[in-house]
Amino acid sequence: MNKNIYIVVLLLSLSIASNAQQTPAPKQSKSILILNAKAHIGNGQVIENSALGFKDGKITLIADATAIRIDKSAYDITIDANGKEVYPGFIAPNSTLGLVEIDAVKSSDDESEIGQINPNVRSIIAYNAESKVIETVRPNGILIAQITPRGGRISGTSSIVQLDAWNWKDAIMKENDGIHLNFPSSYKRSGSWFEPGTIEENKDYITQINEINTFLANAKAYQVENVKERNLIFEATKGLFDGSQTLFINANEEKQIIDAVQLAKSNGIKKMVIVGGYEAYKTAELLQKNNIAVLLKRVHDMPEHEDDDIDLPYKAAKLLTDKGVLVGLENSGSMERMNTRNLPFLAGTCAAYGLDKEQALQLITSNTAKILGIDDQCGTLEIGKDATLFLSSGDALDMRTNKISHAFIQGRMISLETHQSELNKRYKEKYNQK
Amino acid sequence: MRQITTLLFLLIFIPKINAQQYFPNNESVQNKNNNYTAFTNATIFVTPTQIIEKGTLLIQNGKVIAAGNSVVIPKNAVTVNLEGKSIYPSFIDMYTSFGMDKPKKTEGSRQSQSYDTKREGYYWNEHIRSEVNASDNFNYDKPKAEELLKAGFGVVGTHVQDGIAQGTGALIALNNNEKNNRFLTAKISNHFGFARSITSNQAYPSSLMGMIALLRQVNYDLKWYKNGNSETKDLSLNALSENEKLIQIFATEDKLNSMRASKIAKEFSLTYVMKGIGNEFERIEEIKNTKAQFIIPINFPEAYDVSDPNQANQMELKDLRFWNQAPTNLKVLTDNGVVFALTTDKLKKIEDFRTNLLKAIKYGFDKTKALEALTTVPASILGKSNEIGSLKNGNYANFIITSGEIFNDQTKIYENWVQGSKYIVNDINVKDIRGEYDLTIADKKYKWKITGEIETPKSEVNTADSKKLSSKLSISNNWISNVIKSSDSTQTTFTRLIGYIEDVQTLSGKAILFNGNEVKWSANKIAPFVKPVDSLKLQKNNVIMTTTFPNVAYGNTSKLTTETLLFKNATVWTNEKEGIIEETDVLVKNGKIAAIGKNLSDPTATIIDAKGKHLTSGIIDEHSHIAISSGVNEGGHNSSAEVSIQDVVNSEDINIYRELAGGVTTSQLLHGSANPIGGQSAIVKWKWGQDADEMLYKNQPKFIKFALGENVKQSNWGNIDPTRFPQTRMGVEQVFTDYFQRAKEYDLVWKNFNSKKGKGDAPRVDLDLQAVAEILNKERFISCHSYVQSEILMLMNVADKFNFRVNTFTHILEGYKVAEKMKEHGVGASTFADWWAYKFEVNDAIPYNGPIMHNAGLVVAYNSDDAEMSRRLNQEAAKAVKYGNLSEEEAWKFVTLNPAKLLHIDDKVGSIKVGKDADIVLWNNNPLSIYAKAEKTVIEGVVYYDVQKDESQRVAIAKERNELIGQLLQEKNKGATTQEPKRKEKKEYHCDSVELE
Repeated sequence: MNKNIYIVVLLLSLSIASNAQQTPAPKQSKSILILNAKAHIGNGQVIENSALGFKDGKITLIADATAIRIDKSAYDITIDANGKEVYPGFIAPNSTLGLVEIDAVKSSDDESEIGQINPNVRSIIAYNAESKVIETVRPNGILIAQITPRGGRISGTSSIVQLDAWNWKDAIMKENDGIHLNFPSSYKRSGSWFEPGTIEENKDYITQINEINTFLANAKAYQVENVKERNLIFEATKGLFDGSQTLFINANEEKQIIDAVQLAKSNGIKKMVIVGGYEAYKTAELLQKNNIAVLLKRVHDMPEHEDDDIDLPYKAAKLLTDKGVLVGLENSGSMERMNTRNLPFLAGTCAAYGLDKEQALQLITSNTAKILGIDDQCGTLEIGKDATLFLSSGDALDMRTNKISHAFIQGRMISLETHQSELNKRYKEKYNQK
Repeated sequence: MRQITTLLFLLIFIPKINAQQYFPNNESVQNKNNNYTAFTNATIFVTPTQIIEKGTLLIQNGKVIAAGNSVVIPKNAVTVNLEGKSIYPSFIDMYTSFGMDKPKKTEGSRQSQSYDTKREGYYWNEHIRSEVNASDNFNYDKPKAEELLKAGFGVVGTHVQDGIAQGTGALIALNNNEKNNRFLTAKISNHFGFARSITSNQAYPSSLMGMIALLRQVNYDLKWYKNGNSETKDLSLNALSENEKLIQIFATEDKLNSMRASKIAKEFSLTYVMKGIGNEFERIEEIKNTKAQFIIPINFPEAYDVSDPNQANQMELKDLRFWNQAPTNLKVLTDNGVVFALTTDKLKKIEDFRTNLLKAIKYGFDKTKALEALTTVPASILGKSNEIGSLKNGNYANFIITSGEIFNDQTKIYENWVQGSKYIVNDINVKDIRGEYDLTIADKKYKWKITGEIETPKSEVNTADSKKLSSKLSISNNWISNVIKSSDSTQTTFTRLIGYIEDVQTLSGKAILFNGNEVKWSANKIAPFVKPVDSLKLQKNNVIMTTTFPNVAYGNTSKLTTETLLFKNATVWTNEKEGIIEETDVLVKNGKIAAIGKNLSDPTATIIDAKGKHLTSGIIDEHSHIAISSGVNEGGHNSSAEVSIQDVVNSEDINIYRELAGGVTTSQLLHGSANPIGGQSAIVKWKWGQDADEMLYKNQPKFIKFALGENVKQSNWGNIDPTRFPQTRMGVEQVFTDYFQRAKEYDLVWKNFNSKKGKGDAPRVDLDLQAVAEILNKERFISCHSYVQSEILMLMNVADKFNFRVNTFTHILEGYKVAEKMKEHGVGASTFADWWAYKFEVNDAIPYNGPIMHNAGLVVAYNSDDAEMSRRLNQEAAKAVKYGNLSEEEAWKFVTLNPAKLLHIDDKVGSIKVGKDADIVLWNNNPLSIYAKAEKTVIEGVVYYDVQKDESQRVAIAKERNELIGQLLQEKNKGATTQEPKRKEKKEYHCDSVELE
């Protein structure tokens, strides 16, 4: 009981101490036991009444509390979470958090370098760990993100971070995890943003694919010999050929996806993921056979075609999952950074449109962890993994019940305060003054 | 230079037959031809319905003298025997730009907007070009004239097709020989269109609603100007005034725009002849109700090449369908009694006119109506029935001579006479030499096969031992010439045959051999010509798909009707003092909520088992921009209070259907936020399938969009040089103060005038100030786009000074900072649940905003401003629970009752209460939950969305697509010309979507 009070005091002191940005939590020094929460493991399983323990940032216990005897004294702090639900921290892949602060302010924008082929450009060094936007996504359960550059044909190299750090170095979970390719579209749009024209065949499609082919072939050849004159661009792609990095291919059309997979395979790319995948369900067999996962584009989107099922974006995850494709959810698009906090609800919609709720949860936890190659660290509530998790008073995939009381990143209990919650308090106080 | 050559040509080679009598004659002696020409034994169509068999047409001096069976042929007549041939009046195309110089596109950068006119002495807006006259821009275009003559046209209307008011059109006879008679009427028509002039960069109007407002303003200004109120001359208004009596032609170029033009016509008691686009059949009822006469093009789309399934996937059902249905447009128009003339407008080639017309006839268009649409109808619309369009006595001798019934695809046009002047299309005397012959050149024997068309035969020559020789045959004026090529391993040689055709059974002449020697040749016909089967023409008509309302995927096959519905045992969210009541019945009858209670029954009702389900009133979106045609912002001026979204509601937008699937029944469609004073709103109910007028909320309160902050001060326009005041929030305040002051003064002038009961000259109507004055008179409510607290206070301050109340702040992301001041002013708030960080002015936006304002006693709504989020507004409401700990009942009101209050429509909608409109939604779950789906969405007792019907429509869409793709593949297989698949990109509007030229 005393320990519970301690938590409250800790939380209060955190919120009072902070002003502009929330102060990152210190390393976990006390072991914590969360008792009686409904645990969503993240791999499809649920423990109705769980015991979850973690020490030094790692999960040391996850069990059915009714089935085993728990030694509370082995933990410094016990949280009675009766009636609450515990989840592994949600993961936002293909994200630009920390790369742009305010969309319309150019000087705050570091997401897109000029030029077409920039694998050597690394998002991590521009990642602003102190972004005010980042702290607003944590109270909804998003604790990990893949920070991804945008633009060009090959946008650059991403890195994966946890969302409570003093700076980018401290934030890193996996540096340079992947390279991002914007596959050419087989269609082209005419007109402009204010006067759209028609959508018709892209006559340069084959040329554009050939350019990628040529680049990858040369990049691969470069890796073989020790050359005297270094080529930073080729060098940056090394991981694609030795399997240490993933090629994230942005592609939405059926034809595009097939061409992209064949092109990457024939160039000896070891690991690849389709990002977007609006029509991926039409190519599910190919993807499944080649073990290629899909980071599905923003679920809360309009159908691409008038004739499409009006709920096609909502049920796309179900269509792919049923065909054995590993699916994660991403949220790129307009106002994507501030919208990151609605990631859980994208998964919720997938549950409303066909998946069961635990499957839907996997779309933003274990599946994404696997897709990003960080499933040894996070994605489920399993022993040995990072204690990156949170407690919600209800179903975290539904905005009606997503209310988070505690969140931990690698065992550190992070602040759930934000620039916004402080303004909330400030103005509540204003109206109380009267 | 070209003109000079033409002139010389005319002067030198053409004898002056009928020159203007008062023109000096410098080339010869008096040479007036008063002879008659008599065409005898012809089938004469005096009009499409008055037909003379074996009759005589007598003409003299370019006019019809008589047509009949007992016409006395004067002695000084040249007689032409037209045994077996037919004579029709030449066709009229009222709508061309024949002989017009193309207006020059303005040069220069469009970076900075131009607001003021550069013209002097004309109307303030450069897109009003009523002073332009076709007759001042005319150069007879002989090659084009020949194309038209070949297609059977004798007279065309022509004008410069540019701008919103386009000026006058001229009526031109396609008389290739005599230039002095060509102008039948220099000013026959006065033209309008929904298109900016390419000659001007002036920013206003940038949207369709701006064009409509401008047309209204012009009409008011015209009236005022005619009353002599203007201190200055305005050549544009002068011209409009002078040309009022002409035929007023409006190029609407779309079915919905025809309805819009018709609305303007009714307001100002004008009569527009509408130039359509060919999609009129899709809204035929409404087209018919315009009671207008139409000019209709027949540029049917070519078949799409769908052989690549990847590409075929890009096509929308509506485009595939339009290809299938377009040829039936003329039939549908005829069946509905719409009077229309045909035009060659929009055709890639004039020669396609006949092909497409025959296609329309194949798809049921009546042949007599077709002929009328080309002759008597345009003549009558133009008021020229006594000159053109028929072969009545005294009319111009404009007629075509054909080989037979004109709309038979075998029929040939031989000659097209215009004003008694002959143009030869095909040689009437041409001999048909087609068939198989034994050819003898000197003493060598060949087999000779002549095929192809009569005028352009093809030749195939084989040697006795069946070796094929290539040959090139031509005939002209009874002369035949054929060049035969023969080659062996060492050389290629040519033999040239030439001969005069006397007898088609036996051809003969002389041959010039490769060595120059001349020998005789002859050919005896051994078999007649057999026309090969034309696979395209043999093809059966495609099955025509059903036109739906609207004619897109998910459209309804019939217009839906109101039902009596009884929902049993639902959890009912009343939004009234009863709160959320379980296990309750709701009866819907005559479009209203008839009863709420337990164990209700009605023998006429369809029972809906709603056990375990939730029944709510329909969602109301205070801030939406879907279903708007051609521009959500009229940003060309600081105030565009005169424009109205109500003019441009697009009933065909698929988003309407998607909206219903999200449980939305009513939305306020707002103007964008490009300028401080935006345009007037439309409050609509999403009655999918109905037309735009039906969707407009009946007797709706008047609203107008205002905007503050970054958008109106153009903060995010990049490096464009600022040319427009205001560029700061300080300037925005001054704009408002200025407009309200001017509107106050304007209003006073009118009030004074009205109090004198119409004595004296009426002041000028200014639609802009009039709308602003309505705000001052509390007849129009403001919904103001706003973000930061300073500007919120500013607008309330301005309103207080002018003694009115701001009705709603929309977006209002810093409302939580000044909630008490808003409460004091009495303004409501319509905000986003959790948007922020997209621009500098939303840096302090917080998701607690709505709940804080609510707790401060304000009426708070959550809106979308986004087509996608709009269909999930129920989830946005849940965020008030999540972030603000509001009760679910209060949160639900954020998207139903509260927006109804803000819109002053809560007397009819926004809650489930007996007597209110039956605008309700049945949900499968708690409506605030992410797992909730609308199963039925009802508006005024009509089920506009039903989840089961949706399922069956998906199946039907797939089936129809497949059928149409099958038809298209067939078409390609049969050799039709095809086009690449393409589709129009759909545009979703937001507040700051600006339409720039």
